[in-house]
Amino acid sequence: MNNNNLYNYILGIADNTLILGQRLGELCGHGPALETDIALTNIALDLFGQTRSYFQYAALLVGDGKAEDDVAYMRTERNYFNVLLVEQPNTHFGYVMGRQFLFDVYHLLLLEGLQNSSDITLAAIADKGIKEVTYHKRFSGDWMKRLGDGTAESHQKMQEAIDDLWRYTDELFQLTKADKAMIYEGIGVDVSNFKEAYYQEVSEILNEATITVPENKYFTSGGKKGIHTEHMGYILADLQYMQRTYPNMKW
Amino acid sequence: MKKDWPLWEVFVRSKNGLEHRHFGSLHATDAVMALENARDVYTRRNEGVSIWVVESKYITASNPSENGELFEPAKSKVYRHPTFYKLPDELKHM
Repeated sequence: MNNNNLYNYILGIADNTLILGQRLGELCGHGPALETDIALTNIALDLFGQTRSYFQYAALLVGDGKAEDDVAYMRTERNYFNVLLVEQPNTHFGYVMGRQFLFDVYHLLLLEGLQNSSDITLAAIADKGIKEVTYHKRFSGDWMKRLGDGTAESHQKMQEAIDDLWRYTDELFQLTKADKAMIYEGIGVDVSNFKEAYYQEVSEILNEATITVPENKYFTSGGKKGIHTEHMGYILADLQYMQRTYPNMKW
Repeated sequence: MKKDWPLWEVFVRSKNGLEHRHFGSLHATDAVMALENARDVYTRRNEGVSIWVVESKYITASNPSENGELFEPAKSKVYRHPTFYKLPDELKHM
């Protein structure tokens, strides 16, 4: 494959939407209220839709008769490049919303950049996803304010969730080898450029939600290089079960 | 938690030119959440272009026990139906 950097670049974007979608999918039927349950599942389906577009493109690059399912399911843990943030567990609803919000703000900035990519396929996928992600951010941002500025208990849980998840935010802006190569070619987005805008936007919403912006400067990373937290193996066990048990099965 | 969330009625306009119709009800803590929930519960299959929500307690309903005096007198007055007019074909949604 000549386009190894492009392939890895696509995975670096699509594995985030895949794993976050999988996490939200785990909540199907377990949301705190019917309405919220459907909302989370809708977001999961949006993310899977985007993931499919990316993986269909990635499969084309591999050629050799490979399809989106091969890209989605037939890799080992070290070959998934999602950030650590999205694989964190569904500890409680506030935690789920915190994780979603911290990702959504980043995700929208990424897609706004990607729609100007010189790669027309990636630009088109980004263009289609922007409306979906705009709504995701609105939804999770509203919940940040509702829970942060809600009862004493919801405030405390939201604060603890943000304090806990904060350490995973810096990784969003780290550049991989594939990132650098694709930025050079005008295909990729230099995510390190909007780090400041991200923290500013996140801080504004957190302030509105009466959540204290963490001052913690200890950050952790590794997902982009395929080095994941202990949660990843369990996610993949769920995700890959059907394809591994019944190879090449289709819906 | 859920028992504390008030009930809202949802009205959706399926396309421009049509009226908002009652689609159902849902639970939400406030109007913003009610709109978002309505969007997710009732328009996820492309059913609408506009949503109204109103908290159910603000709807005044007729009393079923008064149905006799309210509605039955109209039953025998078939001449109130405008069935004697010819409508042009272009006229829809009458």
